[in-house]
Amino acid sequence: MSDSVLLYAIIYLAAAAICVPLAKRLGLGTVLGYLGAGIVIGPQLLNVAGPSDKVLHFAEFGVVMMLFLIGLEIKPTILRSLRRDIIGLGGLQVVVTAAAIATVAIALGVEWHLSVALGLVGAMSSTAIVLASLDERNLLAGRGGQSSFAILLAQDLSVVPILGLFPLLATVQAVEGFRFVPEVSQTLTLWQQYQPIFKLLLTLAMAGALFTAGHYLLRPLLGLLARSRSREVFTLVALLLVLSVAGLMELLGLPPALGTFMAGVMLAESEYRHELEAELQPFKGLLLGLFFIAIGASLQLGVVTANPLRFLLLLAAILSLKLLVVLALARLFRLPKRAGFIAAFSLAQVGEFGLVLVTYGRQTGVFTDGIANEVATLIVLSMFVTPLLFIALERLALPRMAERNATRPHDAIRSHNAEVVIAGYGRFGQVIGRLVRVAGFEVTVLDLDPEMVDMLRKLGQTVYFGDASRHELLEAAGCGKARLFVLAIDNPDTSLEVAALVRRHYPGLPIIARARNRQHFSALRRLGVERVVRETLASALEAGELSLQQLGMRAHTAHRLATTWRAHDQANLENMLGYHDQPQDAWIDEARRAIENMEQAMVEEAAGMGALHDRGWATDAAPHRTSPAGTRQVVAIRPPGHDR
Amino acid sequence: MASILILFAHPAFEHSRTQRALVAAASNLPGVTLHDLYEAYPTFHVDRRAEQALLRRHDIILFQHPLYWFSAPALLKQWQDVVLEHGWAYGEGGLQLRGKVALHAVSTSAAEFEPEQGSGPTCNVRQFLSPWETTAQLCGMRFLAPFVVHGFRVDTHPEQLREAAANYRALLEALLDGRVDLDKAAARPALNFDLGDFIRPPAGAA
Repeated sequence: MSDSVLLYAIIYLAAAAICVPLAKRLGLGTVLGYLGAGIVIGPQLLNVAGPSDKVLHFAEFGVVMMLFLIGLEIKPTILRSLRRDIIGLGGLQVVVTAAAIATVAIALGVEWHLSVALGLVGAMSSTAIVLASLDERNLLAGRGGQSSFAILLAQDLSVVPILGLFPLLATVQAVEGFRFVPEVSQTLTLWQQYQPIFKLLLTLAMAGALFTAGHYLLRPLLGLLARSRSREVFTLVALLLVLSVAGLMELLGLPPALGTFMAGVMLAESEYRHELEAELQPFKGLLLGLFFIAIGASLQLGVVTANPLRFLLLLAAILSLKLLVVLALARLFRLPKRAGFIAAFSLAQVGEFGLVLVTYGRQTGVFTDGIANEVATLIVLSMFVTPLLFIALERLALPRMAERNATRPHDAIRSHNAEVVIAGYGRFGQVIGRLVRVAGFEVTVLDLDPEMVDMLRKLGQTVYFGDASRHELLEAAGCGKARLFVLAIDNPDTSLEVAALVRRHYPGLPIIARARNRQHFSALRRLGVERVVRETLASALEAGELSLQQLGMRAHTAHRLATTWRAHDQANLENMLGYHDQPQDAWIDEARRAIENMEQAMVEEAAGMGALHDRGWATDAAPHRTSPAGTRQVVAIRPPGHDR
Repeated sequence: MASILILFAHPAFEHSRTQRALVAAASNLPGVTLHDLYEAYPTFHVDRRAEQALLRRHDIILFQHPLYWFSAPALLKQWQDVVLEHGWAYGEGGLQLRGKVALHAVSTSAAEFEPEQGSGPTCNVRQFLSPWETTAQLCGMRFLAPFVVHGFRVDTHPEQLREAAANYRALLEALLDGRVDLDKAAARPALNFDLGDFIRPPAGAA
């Protein structure tokens, strides 16, 4: 057995090492990578996974740990600030989706206990996949992304009561799961002796007891450990804590995950939250990875190939049902249409928590092996479909929405003779717009973020919703008569598109453009945009100037140095424009020469007002660090590369 | 007891031994406010209101700077242009500086004052400051002769820098105590020598 442990460890890790990066590369996310790895080594394909059931039982500890970490995340303050979205929108999503699925199942003749359990499983979405996908598409910070986040958080939280509820839904003989403590005797296991309703009460009582005990005992203990400054001991105790809470719960016949969740919550406000999180995160990651591989390996994909049509219909049914529920709730909560669609499309799949619940349901006698396998397969399929749903969202749903939205405000642009047109009104454009307006110039602003536009309008600013990459909109905004076009769009692709459009249709209109980086800068300059500002340069230089001051340099000297640096950097950048299509060697030679020239120039500037302070003055060659009271400490600047 | 505002302007202070000695001499004197202009306004954006408030709070305004091209460093000129507003410092209603005392403490380089080139060691500095003298008069201020330190001497004779610094401190103390004969101090070519001629000894001193 010990040989095979090593062998299986190698097989599992190798499969993960190959499949996870591949899945990430394909935009599928790590969870699907693990599941894919499991399917590959599972009985369907290579059949080298060995006793995946045993591995699964062991890996369930990853789930227990995950719940501890989720508990740690639950800070009452966060819950309060998001309570409307989490409890209202999120809570309703779980309840309504579960009820809808259960109703359909009952209508199809499924026994009601089982139907409810299936509904609860189906209400879950994939936190891991959805958050990563939204983030990737820059949608997470928007209203749609935030609503999705709140719903996912509500789902994560609802896992806890669902775990407590599952034993009540048991209709079949439970299968043995992973145990933290060996079963000593039947009499010790209270689980078998109490009626379900007592189990629930006991669960709640235990949760309360854990919460109180932990607050008064654990925090002082952790404080003692933290003061001992021994990292290993802290890790060890964190693990010990989670294991013993899980073990204790199991001794009482209660769901271990529930106990660790409560332990997490009670430590969420403690000062050791971040340490505990950091110490346990790697364990959780590994074990959860193992958990998903094992699930993938245990899937009996035969059920799909046996009746593909049935599975396809089930899949379509569950996806559309979940999608419609979120859409309806979004309307009920008066979310913007766009936000509602984003949330609905991203949350349509069933997620990893569903898999957790299926596994747990199998152990508590809610699902038979056969049903558990079918449901798990369906869940995994729905997860694999998620990227397609995101493509549908981006290609079909959102563009149409933008069309419909755009007709609302942009036809309302008054044809006043604005002297300045600003495209893009985020943090960057707003500063420009306000400054130019204060100076008394008429400004027309275009932005594509409907929420931003509404917000700024409420603040009394003249802002129009509109896509600056459309010619007719530029014309409506008055580009034909304007004296200046400010291109403050952050996305480089969009920015270049608009720049090209303005250059083509309004060749005489001066453009001042914001560039994200050097590549964007060069591309804009090559398009013929005369004045391009790199977006973080000025603030970085200001911070550099402050740093020099903090190090004891005179403020004005630091300012001159920073200004000199900026001028040379700018000149170099302009100079490099001519080299972008040259062979790389020529480009590198030139870049190297530019850096040397710049260093030379900085050395000269660092010598201070050298021209003024010639030999006629009593000057110091050596730096000194004494300073008179009432003035800043004075040091001579040391040019780089000189001896100390 | 009078108060002194030293408007210190030096774009290359970190290189100047002379000015460092003078700044040290002016430090830790109750009643003296040392205002380091190049440190306060590295970008030359002079805060008019803050500067005017400072001026209002002091009786004696002392411009301490190196003599660059026979005048003050650029920031001090900027300060002048921004702060000395019409209607505040001069012109109709511009009475805010009336009755105050103005003077300069300047360091010079060798180049402008080589003795063999025929210019006397101190006599010309006051002439170079004539735009400042006229400005002070326009604002109703009493303009005293400058306190001058010649840099080329300091280089070869370090003891002369110590002496100049001690004299500078003595002048500041006398100004604070009101022991300076303002008429005599206004009539001299410079204040950096023969201090006994225009400063009364402190009360109680022999």
